[in-house]
Amino acid sequence: MSKHYVVIAEVRSGQLRQVCLEAIEAARLTAEEGDRISALLLGHNLSEPASQLSRYVSGQVHVLDHPDLEHYLAETYCSAIIPVLESLEPCAIVLGHTAMGRDLAPMLAAHFQAGQISDVTAIHRNGSELLFTRPVYAGKAFEQKRFINGPHIITVRPNNIPPAAEAGSPGEIIQHAYTAPVNLRTIIKDVITKASGRVDLAEAQIVVSGGRGVKSAEGFKPLEQLAEVLGGAVGASRGACDAGYCDYALQIGQTGKVVTPQIYIACGISGAIQHLAGMSHSGIIIAINKDPEAPIFRIADYGIVGDLFEVVPLITEEFRKALA
Amino acid sequence: MNIFVLLKQTFDTEEKIVIQDGEISEDGVKFIINPYDEYAVEEALRLKELHGGQVTVVSVGPQRSAEALRTALAMGADEAVLISDERIPSDEYSLSVVLAAYLHKVSADVVLGGNFSVDQGSGQVAVRLARLLNLPHVSSVTKLEIADGKAKVLRDAEGDAETIEVALPALFTAQQGLNEPRYPSLPGIMKAKKKPFHQLGLSELGLSDAEIAPRTERISLSLPPQRQAGQILQGELKEQAAQLVSLLRSDAKAI
Repeated sequence: MSKHYVVIAEVRSGQLRQVCLEAIEAARLTAEEGDRISALLLGHNLSEPASQLSRYVSGQVHVLDHPDLEHYLAETYCSAIIPVLESLEPCAIVLGHTAMGRDLAPMLAAHFQAGQISDVTAIHRNGSELLFTRPVYAGKAFEQKRFINGPHIITVRPNNIPPAAEAGSPGEIIQHAYTAPVNLRTIIKDVITKASGRVDLAEAQIVVSGGRGVKSAEGFKPLEQLAEVLGGAVGASRGACDAGYCDYALQIGQTGKVVTPQIYIACGISGAIQHLAGMSHSGIIIAINKDPEAPIFRIADYGIVGDLFEVVPLITEEFRKALA
Repeated sequence: MNIFVLLKQTFDTEEKIVIQDGEISEDGVKFIINPYDEYAVEEALRLKELHGGQVTVVSVGPQRSAEALRTALAMGADEAVLISDERIPSDEYSLSVVLAAYLHKVSADVVLGGNFSVDQGSGQVAVRLARLLNLPHVSSVTKLEIADGKAKVLRDAEGDAETIEVALPALFTAQQGLNEPRYPSLPGIMKAKKKPFHQLGLSELGLSDAEIAPRTERISLSLPPQRQAGQILQGELKEQAAQLVSLLRSDAKAI
C-alpha cells in the first residue's frame, strides 16, 4: 500500500527556506516507489511559496494561510497542523531542524506518540531498513538510528541533504481554514527580526566567524563586511560571546549552534575543542590567526598567520574583485 | 511558587569522545550538569529568591547523575529527585513519558529545562513533556519575568528576539544568555547533604515496560573522519589574500 509522507515547510521573510527542499529530498530517500510526498505550509501571504513548493512534491501542498500564523507560535501552529495531519495520516513527518522545526517536531511527536530522530545529516537504506545518521556530542561523534515502530518524525539539519529536484507535474494546492485555538495561553507581543535581510547562520553556505581576537563589538565590522561580500553569515566563538562582543545567538560550538557551510572562515579563533565540534564538518575551513600554534590551524584547509584586522580587509578586497 | 527543573548529567564539554566496543567510553570522563540545564537551575533559584517557593531538581539517568543533582542542591535547590531504573530506555519518547508520570503527581507552577543536552542534542524531551502535561511552553528563552500569574519571556529564534506572554503553569527551556549560573558555596555544599533526595524507579511511578517502549534505537556509533591540517599560506599578507581567493576558485571551486 502506498504511504504518505508530509513535509512541514517554512517561510522566512516571505521566502521558502532552502531546508524545505532538503526535507523533501529526505522524504524521497525514505519513501518507496509509489509513495506520496505532500507538503504542509503555514504562515501568511503564502501564494508564492506554495506554488514554488508544488513543483517539488508528488502529492499535494496543504496551505494554512492566516494573519495569526504570520509568526511561529507553538500553540497556534500545533492546533492548526494537527487536524490536517490527522486527515492525511502520514507514516512520516519531516521538518527542518530550524527554530520552528526544533520546537514543533517534539510536540507533534508527543501528540502522535511517535519516535523522532532529530538533526539528521544523512539517510541510508540497508535492504528494507532505513538508517538515519545524526551527530552526538555536537559532532564529536555520529550515531546511526532507526525507528522501531509507529509514525516517524525526523528533523533534518540544513546544508547536509541535497535539495530535491523538481517533480514531474506540479502538485495540487489545497487551502485549509484556520481556526484559532479555544484556550490560547501564549501570545506573541513583539518580534524583533535582528537577522532580517541577513543570511541565516544554520543555512548559510559561507560563515565568517570571530573569536576573542576581534577584541570588541566594533571588531566584528570587518567580518560583517567580508560576510556581506560573500553573501554569508557571521558567527562567533563562545569566547567572543562571553566577552560581550556579540549576541549568543551567533555562537557556534558544543554549547551553541552546529554549522556545516561550504566555507568556514575562522578569524581570531584559537580553536577550543568545543568550538571545533560545532564547525569541523564544514566543507573548507580557512583560519586566520596571529598565533601560528593555534589549534585551529591543525584542522584548517588554508591558514593565514596574521592579524585579522589586516588580513580580513585584504581578503574582502580580493573577493570583491574576484566576484565583480 | 512550585518550580521543577529538568536536569541531565552530561560529559564535560572539554572531553574528547572515545568509542570502545561500540559505545562511548566513560572511562575517566568528567561529568557536569548539562550547561543549558545549569541556566535552568540558576533561573529557578532566582525566581524563588524573587517570589518565594520551592525548587525541585529532577533527573532521569544512571546512578552517577546523583552527583549532578547534589551540585544543584548545593547551588540552592531544595529537593532532588533521581529517577533511575535500568529498564528506562534512552529514547526521548520513553524519557518524556517517565518525566510526565512523575510531574503529573505534583503541581508545578513553572517547569524549567535546558534548550537541549550537549551530548544527545536532540532537544525533544522538555517540549514533549510540555505537550504530555498539557502545559504551554516557550523554548529557547533568554529572559524570564513572572508577575500576576503570567510570564513574560524573551525567546531566541535564530537570532530574532520574540517577546511572548504565557499564562502559568508553563514550561520553559533555557538558552544561553538567560543568566550566569552561580557556583555552589561551601555552606551550600554542607547544607546539600541534609536536603531531601528521593530515588524513584518505574514501579514507584506505576509505569509498565510497555508504556515506555522506545520508538527509536541506536544501531551504531562512529567518530567523524579526522581532518588533516592543510596549507599555511606564505608571503606578504596581500599576496596571501590573493592566493587564498585563487585557491578557492581553482582547487576547491568553492566560489
